[in-house]
Amino acid sequence: MDMITIPAVNFTPILPEIFLSVLAMVLLLINVFIPGDRKAYLGYLSFVGIVAAGVLVAAGWGGHIESFSGSVVLDNFATFFKMIFLVSAGLAVLISDQYMEREGCNHGELYPLILFTVVGMMLMASGTDLMTIFLGLEVMSVALYVLAGFNRKNPKSNEAGLKYFLLGCFSTGFLLYGMALTYGATGTTRIAKIAAVVGQMSLPSANIMLVAGMLLMLTGFAFKIAAAPFHMWTPDVYEGAPTPMTAFMSAGPKAAGFAAALRIFLVALPTLQVEWSQVLWVLAVLTMTVGNITALRQDNIKRMLAYSSIAHAGYALVGFTAGNGTGTAGILFYMLSYAFMNIGAFAIIILVGKKGESNGNVQDFAGFGVKHPVLAVAMSIFLFSLAGMPPTAGFIGKFYLFSGAIQQGYIWLAIIGVLNSAASVYYYLRVMVFMYMKDPTEEFDWMQVTAPMALCVAISVIGSLIPGIIPSLILQFAQQAIKLI
Amino acid sequence: MFDYVWLIPFFPLVGFLINGFFGKKIKNEAVIGAIGTLAIFSSFIVSCLILVEMIGLSPEKRVFEKVVFPWIHSGNFKADMAFLLDPLSCIMIMVVTGVGSLIHLYSIGYMHGEEGFYRFFAYLNLFCMSMLLLVLGSNMLVMFIGWEGVGLCSYLLIGYYFHKKSAGDAAKKAFVMNRVGDFGFLIGLFTLYWWLGSNHNIWTINFTEIKAASHLLPYGGVVTVATLCFFVGATGKSAQIPLFTWLPDAMEGPTPVSALIHAATMVTAGVYMIGRMSFVFIKSPETMMVVACVGAATAIFAATIGTAQNDIKRVLAYSTVSQLGFMFLAMGVGAFTAGIFHLMTHAFFKACLFLGSGSVIHAMHYALHKGHLHDDAQDMRNMGGLKKAMPITFLTFFVSTIAIAGIPGFSGFFSKDEILWMAFANPLHGNLNILLWGTGAIAACFTAFYMFRLVFMTFFGECRINSKVKDHLHESPLVITIPLMVLGFLAVFGGYIGMPKLLGMLPNYFEHWLEPVFELAGEYGATYAHHGAHPSHAVEWALMGGSVVIALIGIAIAFTMYVQNTALPKKFTDTFPTLHRAVYNKWYIDELYDYAFVNPCKALGQFLWKGFDVLVIDGIVNGVAGVVMGCSGVFRYMQSGLIHNYAWSMAFGVVVMLGYYVFK
Repeated sequence: MDMITIPAVNFTPILPEIFLSVLAMVLLLINVFIPGDRKAYLGYLSFVGIVAAGVLVAAGWGGHIESFSGSVVLDNFATFFKMIFLVSAGLAVLISDQYMEREGCNHGELYPLILFTVVGMMLMASGTDLMTIFLGLEVMSVALYVLAGFNRKNPKSNEAGLKYFLLGCFSTGFLLYGMALTYGATGTTRIAKIAAVVGQMSLPSANIMLVAGMLLMLTGFAFKIAAAPFHMWTPDVYEGAPTPMTAFMSAGPKAAGFAAALRIFLVALPTLQVEWSQVLWVLAVLTMTVGNITALRQDNIKRMLAYSSIAHAGYALVGFTAGNGTGTAGILFYMLSYAFMNIGAFAIIILVGKKGESNGNVQDFAGFGVKHPVLAVAMSIFLFSLAGMPPTAGFIGKFYLFSGAIQQGYIWLAIIGVLNSAASVYYYLRVMVFMYMKDPTEEFDWMQVTAPMALCVAISVIGSLIPGIIPSLILQFAQQAIKLI
Repeated sequence: MFDYVWLIPFFPLVGFLINGFFGKKIKNEAVIGAIGTLAIFSSFIVSCLILVEMIGLSPEKRVFEKVVFPWIHSGNFKADMAFLLDPLSCIMIMVVTGVGSLIHLYSIGYMHGEEGFYRFFAYLNLFCMSMLLLVLGSNMLVMFIGWEGVGLCSYLLIGYYFHKKSAGDAAKKAFVMNRVGDFGFLIGLFTLYWWLGSNHNIWTINFTEIKAASHLLPYGGVVTVATLCFFVGATGKSAQIPLFTWLPDAMEGPTPVSALIHAATMVTAGVYMIGRMSFVFIKSPETMMVVACVGAATAIFAATIGTAQNDIKRVLAYSTVSQLGFMFLAMGVGAFTAGIFHLMTHAFFKACLFLGSGSVIHAMHYALHKGHLHDDAQDMRNMGGLKKAMPITFLTFFVSTIAIAGIPGFSGFFSKDEILWMAFANPLHGNLNILLWGTGAIAACFTAFYMFRLVFMTFFGECRINSKVKDHLHESPLVITIPLMVLGFLAVFGGYIGMPKLLGMLPNYFEHWLEPVFELAGEYGATYAHHGAHPSHAVEWALMGGSVVIALIGIAIAFTMYVQNTALPKKFTDTFPTLHRAVYNKWYIDELYDYAFVNPCKALGQFLWKGFDVLVIDGIVNGVAGVVMGCSGVFRYMQSGLIHNYAWSMAFGVVVMLGYYVFK
């Protein structure tokens, strides 16, 4: 009897994924034995696991290993994005316990779900086959749907989960269809091979099947990164989901969407750059404008940050539209800094908020600067970074994104981006106006700041400031990361 | 050791962070003071080690650039956070950390019991960090950070007693004047960067690279524009005509601040900057002439004002302005070494004088306080005869005064005489040299006069303080007198490392030390120097003797007027009332500026505010904001919360995209 020969498989590229999956499953099992008031231990364990995974990922820096017949790769690009995912997951884990405890939904499944999300995102970043990327995207999404509806006693959270699920399925349809069309046009799902086939076409832009496939895939990713007009789910889901998960969703999965899209479009379809950059140009402008302008009128701060996160996807799309070294390195830089500043801001929101998601309006920040000066300074740093003021990371990130666009000749795009950025200052600084210039409406009662929470705020402050002062610290890695794709 | 140069600004930064953030909680003055002083003292140790290592190297190897981290790289533009170590920056870090350490120590005693003690030390550390960035920066941008940083700290420290309106006003005045200068600095920076870049494709702001490319710079022309702009920056920071009026007002700050910032270090930044860019400045004969003339004019102008002031710190302030004028005179005649030498000796004796005046004020204040009197503790008319009560303060003050007056054997003599000699012998400015020398010499005479007037009025004669409190006058504590003694020692002996060749007792170490830095400038200068007859040794001896005589004349006049015949000053002011009033009121410069600049600016501001801003700008802004807010409302309405609407929006987007490409 002939044995079926199994090709030698190198597991090194997916070592972090394997590690996190095993950890998640172990945590699920341990969870059974941990009493309800001790679920925080799961959080500590997963934080340690995430740090360990970070070490594993970092050890792979500089390597280039393909595996699973070329459907997964370990390269600097994947490594950089994996770090972003781990940072956002790690920070999200730190801020989860206090919130979940307060809202009475401290179920142990939270942490394994977060880890599974990370595994999915990592696959998206390291996948070099449309199928691997799709697999990763689904692993991530399914876990995210649950996380969005995690506070199951809260109708808003339920609504968020359901809406995200339905619309997510809808968008997945587009994505999968796009992949199918691309496969039909090129006869392969391997990214490198697609590039080779398309490269040999005499006029790829005339190949309707290929162009349609590209556009549909773009739609799928545009949904994941919340680009207008595929962004409509974002405010509702972000507002309804438990706040730590909102923070997580706005940083990690968004970066994952960019990771996969960048690899597909820059590696597989560079010959169609004229076409996709046209679409991205429009999407970038729409996304920035809709995000920023709608955010102006929001009083609920979670919702405001949801729109702000749409706008930030728009800024990143500016770099994507440019598609050059500066722009793409800018995206990597920006996604990492955004994880710090945005999750940091959400951490403060959790601290200010009260049971039942109350106290979440801008007005509730009145007098915060007097009552909690240290936290207010931290919040100010996050807001300054989000608004893109020097010397914060947000400024440098935007600077590289926009200068990438200018180098490619997209002057107007950069101008629109800068104008948008100027408009956004209004709603970020509005929070600061309330913090420092309004008297508190009520006496602040004692605010609990647990150690993980404080750690998260501290890390986020450092992450929002240091790259702004010493940009090269991060930028040199980002530049090396994009070299290989 | 060179690799650890970043530690030098790093220690004060740490000190600033600790005292700034936790000082209020620490409360204990000893701890706060120790942190602040140790921070700068650690930098001093590092500086010493670096100096020792540099002395061990052969002269051509004494340049080292340390990139701490790459900072801004964008297109052609490249600026690293990098430090430059060479003989010049070595001298500067020694002066800043050395004098800085002493003044920190002094402040522990002087600021004892002040509200916001921690704030003072935090600012002082921040200042030291900025100043060290300024002198260590290897490119103009790092230098500019320091440049702005010291301006900010100066503002914060002048306004230390912010509840006093005069202090707040003085702080604002200093800040605004410095901003005017900083603007010049920036324009100069841009001009140089742009010219080298667009003409020779050398896009750089790095000093070493500019130096390497300096042979490409033309004589005059664009270099004159750039260097004049830099010089405007220098006049702001170093209080030269026309931007000098902030410095006397800056005496509103605590006395250690006056000593450190407004005498020993920050105000010398302009001199240092010209030294750092000597190879650019020398390429413009016009700028060099302007620098020399402004320096000489400031030297004599400020010296005349100093003769009629009664506030002890104000006299010293005008003296500082005048001495800075000497330094600029040196720079302007191409005697860069002499300028830097005078910068150093001046840092010693002027810091000592200021700290000594602080010690006097401290004692006066205490005595007046004991007697519940509200007399002015800084007015010299209330002092007199203090030498008996405060022997150490008197002695250190006295030797520093001798040093600044230019009596042979003391540090100030060597540097000042070198400047005057170079002003006379310099070949750059043709016949102007006699005028420059003459102005300088008269200013030196005034210097000797007003300094000894100060000493005589303060320490000699009868004590004019209210007799009730005379017994309360006493010497300051050790923490104050130790820095005085160290500085007094340096004021006497600090000059021996730069002895003129003529006296020939010791080699001129200082000149040899700085030779590699200013070598190139010397070569450029030689191309347009006048090759006239070099003055002989006999002339040099004669001039040296002359400047001693001039100083002695000044002292003699002061002695006659304020010790022998104390009725003379009164008689003098009665004879020339208009002259006295003009000098006493600082030649009405502040009033002139108010009339010529401040009031028109205020009127323009008023008009722009009421007329233009409120009506036009606000109208446009509010209009735009209204439209945007309206859009926001529309978008919000579209966000219906209904899932099928969302799906429709997505489908719509896809259809439009596909439709465009399929049917185009």
